[in-house]
Amino acid sequence: MSIMQDSREATMLGRRSDGTPVRRPLSPHLQVYDMMQMTSALSIAGRITGVVWGGGALFLVWWLMAAAAGPGAFGAVQWFASSFVGLVFLFGVSAAAWFHTLNGIRHLAWDAGHGYDIPTTYRTGRWVLVGTAVATVITWIIAIAAWAA
Amino acid sequence: MANEYARNTTLRSPLGRVRGLGAARSGVHHWWLQRVTSMALLPLTLWFVLSVALLAGAGHAATVAWIARPWNAVLLLLTVGVTFHHLAAGVQVIIEDYANQEWVKMAAILAVKTICLVLALAAALAVLRIAV
Repeated sequence: MSIMQDSREATMLGRRSDGTPVRRPLSPHLQVYDMMQMTSALSIAGRITGVVWGGGALFLVWWLMAAAAGPGAFGAVQWFASSFVGLVFLFGVSAAAWFHTLNGIRHLAWDAGHGYDIPTTYRTGRWVLVGTAVATVITWIIAIAAWAA
Repeated sequence: MANEYARNTTLRSPLGRVRGLGAARSGVHHWWLQRVTSMALLPLTLWFVLSVALLAGAGHAATVAWIARPWNAVLLLLTVGVTFHHLAAGVQVIIEDYANQEWVKMAAILAVKTICLVLALAAALAVLRIAV
């Protein structure tokens, strides 16, 4: 076998049970999924929120480096964090982080072998959505209360 | 038919593929570390989100004083290290899933790991400069 140039080759060539070769659809073959289902929607949301949280990690680095640099640099962070764009960004990161965390707990339960049946999957999915909303609101109530104090 | 089978059959055993390398070239090591870091991030994230929410609107002096407290500095260093490890591992999986050409995949993963390492070191240096 030669070295694969394109990783899709591995999933494209298969065999039917009678031995005849068949070309399979390309991964990630989005056309076979109905993204309006909660299962697949929450699945891809898990990835997207992970990446959004990565953007939040960039802000964390900026915040720490500015704090170490001095009041001038820290003022720039404060200006961004209290601007409209900054607040939308921070709110998005907090919601994404809570979703990724709660969905991650769901994944850890799956890894341990629990909650694989369809009704449980949908129920835990709804818990993740409700939990994300509640935790995000509580986080911002705390932040606004601390800001006002 | 028999010949066609022979041409398309690999002589490597499933055990051989799993034991050494497999498709990811690292067995379950990457998968396992992703789970371990995610569990470590549960308490760390809870602590960090609450702390930052309580620091909302705090000025430079108050923020630096909070970072400088020993336990805060230790937990911040842990949070930064584990976060960027988990982030690099997660983005690596996304690249492995969606990048089709081998060299693009390798270059992108190396770039992501480099960037995450540099950012983690920069953040750690900032914490240490304040706390030490």
